[in-house]
Amino acid sequence: MKRSVAGLLLAALALPLFAARGTGDLGLVIERASGSIQIVETSGNTGIGRVEGLGDLSHASAVYSRDARFAYIFGRDGGLTRVDILDGAITHRNLQAGNSIGGAISQDGSLVAVSNYEPGGVRIFDSATLQLVADIPASYGQQLSSKVIGLVDAPGQKFVFALWDAGEIWVVDMSERGNPQITKFSDVGSNPYDALITPDGRYYIAGLFGEDGMALLDLWNLDAGVRRILPDYGRGEQKLPVYKMPHLEGWAVAGDLAFVPAIGRHEVLVIDMRDWRQAGRIAVKGQPVFVMARPDGRQVWVNFALPDNDTIQVIDTQSLALIRELKPGKGVLHMEFEPRGEEVWLSVRDENRVDVYDTASFARKASIEAQKPSGIFFTARAHRIGL
Amino acid sequence: MTRSAWLALSLLLAAPLLAGGPLPAERELELRNLLIQDCGSCHGLRLRGGLGPALLPQQLQGKSADYLSLVILEGRPGTAMPGWRPLLSPAEAQWMARLLLDGTALGDKGT
Repeated sequence: MKRSVAGLLLAALALPLFAARGTGDLGLVIERASGSIQIVETSGNTGIGRVEGLGDLSHASAVYSRDARFAYIFGRDGGLTRVDILDGAITHRNLQAGNSIGGAISQDGSLVAVSNYEPGGVRIFDSATLQLVADIPASYGQQLSSKVIGLVDAPGQKFVFALWDAGEIWVVDMSERGNPQITKFSDVGSNPYDALITPDGRYYIAGLFGEDGMALLDLWNLDAGVRRILPDYGRGEQKLPVYKMPHLEGWAVAGDLAFVPAIGRHEVLVIDMRDWRQAGRIAVKGQPVFVMARPDGRQVWVNFALPDNDTIQVIDTQSLALIRELKPGKGVLHMEFEPRGEEVWLSVRDENRVDVYDTASFARKASIEAQKPSGIFFTARAHRIGL
Repeated sequence: MTRSAWLALSLLLAAPLLAGGPLPAERELELRNLLIQDCGSCHGLRLRGGLGPALLPQQLQGKSADYLSLVILEGRPGTAMPGWRPLLSPAEAQWMARLLLDGTALGDKGT
């Protein structure tokens, strides 16, 4: 009896970060230089723990298990790490490739997919054990291998991704776990650099770096194939240098309008989703990186590549006008809205801080120390398609 | 102005370019941060590659600092590598190229 009490005490001392609590207001901040994540909570806006030993976290991203207790962190060095955010501990880690770029979790939560640069392709793992379930090399042409980008989950236990070198989009159906069904679309455009899926899981849209325009795939009508939209958004104009590749994960939808970064132009493009035509171009301060809608769709927040990465601009989605410019500090890399949008978190990398802003008053509400923070990921992503 | 004064002046102006330095210590810190954090976005925080190629000394073997600084300043047309001339001086690009070539970019040794 005594021993088991002592055992229980010891177990309790094995430091879970909290007493019993939910995870709905938790999140994590990637600390890219130190290979750690900081666990944060959005009710009081504080940092509550740190997990170390996650490797090279440049360009790292995360998804959550359906119970929003486990985070899967995708590191640049090919490391896939499963973290228990309540215990503040790594449960599994798999150095599954040499160089990777991001990942996704399946509709039913049982599979985690990782997109890799080296060797190019997608690997799919069991989400509980991180054991390999399927290996899908991104081969094309004469034994060439492509880097893979823009990996998302889609309804029907699918994963969708694009091939940077090959200019292709692939859809993998994992309904039969041991028998992946791959549908490939070629000639979608030159150098797709990232992609997004609409919140309803219907449309997959890849941005193109090598040419103007975007590639659109209707997942409800795969037979219709991929079509090009906005093919000439900057025709005849000199492209400006792109010091940071834009991201498309933060799909910005407000009513029928979608907002995306232009490439090589200091503009946010507005797309009318009813006919996929350009509905406007909004001149902004620099090369947009993230263009993200507040969850209610009333505002769109934009951050920028160098040399304007100290600035945030806010667009009003009714008037399409810029309504605010903020200067949070040097190296504003990422934004994440709280699930209902009253506050937004910004990582200010070069000042080793994460700032929390009120999205109505634009006042800074809190500031949390972090080591070279980049991506911020809240657990609300667990229940959204494509995140 | 005499011819020798011109010579002295032009040598003075060219010196930082030829010698690749000295840059102000503060600027060197900024450039090092830029190299790791911003170049690292594509080339990896540990310079082992990403969307862009790895930039460790073994991958750069046989390439000169002049060549690398030219690539930094002008970019590589047809690829995602932009020209950094609007943000970096030739002397700064040279300094960064040398950091890459001698393997001290990651801050393990040297300045």
